[in-house]
Parts: sequence; C-alpha cells; structure tokens
Amino acid sequence: MDSTLATPHPHETVLHAEHEHVVLPQHRHHFETEEQQREAGSFGMWLFLLTEIMFFGGMFFAYLLYRNWYYPAFAVASNQLSVPLGAVNTAVLISSGFCMAIGVWAAEVRKRGVLVVMLILTTFFGLIFLGVKADEYHEKYELHHIPGSSFSTSMFVNPAAYGIKEEPLSPDMAQKTQIFFFLYFAMTGMHALHMIIGIVLLFWLTWRAHRGDFSAGYVAPIENFGLYWHFVDIVWLFLFPLLYLINRHPLH
Amino acid sequence: MAHEAIHTDANDPQNVTNPEHAQHHIVTPLQYTYVFATLLFFTGVTVAAAYVDLKWANPVIALAIACFKAVIVILFFMHVAYQSRLIKMTIGAGFFLFLVLVTMTMTDYISRSWGLW
Repeated sequence: MDSTLATPHPHETVLHAEHEHVVLPQHRHHFETEEQQREAGSFGMWLFLLTEIMFFGGMFFAYLLYRNWYYPAFAVASNQLSVPLGAVNTAVLISSGFCMAIGVWAAEVRKRGVLVVMLILTTFFGLIFLGVKADEYHEKYELHHIPGSSFSTSMFVNPAAYGIKEEPLSPDMAQKTQIFFFLYFAMTGMHALHMIIGIVLLFWLTWRAHRGDFSAGYVAPIENFGLYWHFVDIVWLFLFPLLYLINRHPLH
Repeated sequence: MAHEAIHTDANDPQNVTNPEHAQHHIVTPLQYTYVFATLLFFTGVTVAAAYVDLKWANPVIALAIACFKAVIVILFFMHVAYQSRLIKMTIGAGFFLFLVLVTMTMTDYISRSWGLW
C-alpha cells in the first residue's frame, strides 16, 4: 500500500517548475490560498478573543454576585462615579474604534496615507480615554476611595457631612463599598492595561504602515489588531452602564 | 486571479479547492459611519435612561442597550457578519459557553446561601 507520505506531492513535482515561488506575506507557502491564510488568521484571533471574554467574564460575574449581595453599598459607591466623564469616555472610545475601522478599510483598498492618519487618530483617542481615566483615578485617590489600609468609609457612613444625598450606610455595610471599588479598579484597570498594550502595538503598526507594509495587499496585522481594539471597546460598552449607570436611582 | 471564481460554494460543492471558501468582503466607510452614529446615539439613550426612575427596568434597559451596541460592533466593526460559518459558529459557541459558566456558578452561589437573596 502506498502511504500518503510516499506519494509525490503534486505541488512539489508537477507545479514546481512553472511555479515561481513568490513569497508574499499574505500567502505563505503552507496555505493553499490567500483566503485560507486570512481565514486561519481571523479564526486564531477570535480564539484568543474568546479567552479574553472568559477572563473579563470572571470579573463581570464577581460584580454581578457582589452587587446582589451588598446592593446598598454598591448603589452608593457607584453613585460617586462621574457619569459625564464616563459618557465622554464612551464617546471617545467609540470614536477611536471608528477610526480603527476606517483604518482597516484603508488598508484593504491600499491607501497608505489614510491608514497612517487613521492609526494616529485611533492612538490619539485612546490616549484621551486613558487621560480621563487617570483623572478619575486621581479623584478616587484624593477621596481615599482606593481599597486598602487608607480606605475611608466616612463619606458612606455620614453622607450628609459631605453634601451627598444618599441614605447613610451602617458601618459594616459601608465597608462593603471597598468591594465595589476593588472591582471598579480591577475591571477598569485591566481594561486600561489592555488599552496601554494596544497603544504600544499601535505605535509599532503606525510605523510599519508608514513604511508601506500594509498597503500592498497584506492586511492581516491591521485587521487582527482591529479585532483586538474593538474587543477592548466592547468591554467598556459593558463597564460603563454596569459601573456608572445602573444604580442612579437607589433612593426612590 | 483566474482561479478565484472556483472558490465558491456553487463551483466547489465538495469543499476541495478551498475548505473555508470565505468570500472576502470589504465594509465601506459609509457603513462604518452608520454604525458609529448608531453607537453614539445609543450611548446618549443609555445615559438619559439612567436618570429616569424605571425601577427594575433601569438595569435591564442599560444592559439591553449595551448588548445591542456590542452586537453591532461585533457584526460590522469586527466583520463577523461577513465571515465564514466556521468563524460565526466558533464565536457563538464561545459566548454560549460563557453564559453556561455564569449560569452554573450563579446556581451554585444561590443554592448555598439560601434565603440571603
């Protein structure tokens, strides 16, 4: 019986002479066609993003659970976040994602200049988002709302003294606001870390795009980075309502 | 490009030539602009809805809008609407697995602290 290994491979025998081996980054030799390589790349990227969904999903689950257990603490603590800043940041991040999407289009239609500009705009909006986030973190630092030994519950035990229209919490329930802020920093912090990683990659991609790497038919790095960037976007689309919005009416 | 026409379901029913037969599709800037405008519009809606007291419906509406926004980002910004069935199925299976994990973990927590909910 002939084994498949012993059978001459048609590519190597029949086609080799007439088949000039042109090395294209969008069609490496172990793929049959460019579409197959693109498909394999997208598939791999999606598998990675699914693991990321599980990673963030664990934190979303913790939030769901503790919000149910310590609802009064979560409601009051959540109301200390600034909705205008969160809403502006949502718009900024959506704009960043939009620029990234246009960038993918520019790479597909081989417009190098548009691609470079869009990648720079994506980075720019990403940095604005991180700047606003840093400002919000700083406010929490000044209010002693970062979980740990310097955490202060006084604003939640005696809200009237701070001019906050909330029902005062009992001291033990007020301690549970630390869990809200722990989850707030864990979730937005991991989100921000993903953005920082993304921005580092964007610098590298912008430089390569400027060199012309992605405007001659090889789109995969731009496309797959776009998938990552939109994923980070989606995480925020859930973080914003969960952390900032859904406890706005605890008093009625 | 002469052999490009054979990479379709119709011309390659046995999936021999290209098992993935993903038709490459370029989403236009106009489509992206529609998606962008929709996302901004619903961001405004979700902020406005948060300031209206709708009792139990507040978190439901906020999450429904977040899910809707996520779906259009996935379908259009992330091109899933134009991907092969293999990729669509994989993504769907991933989200389904996530829901299964959440449901099973929640079932465990709820049944252990009976009466605390």
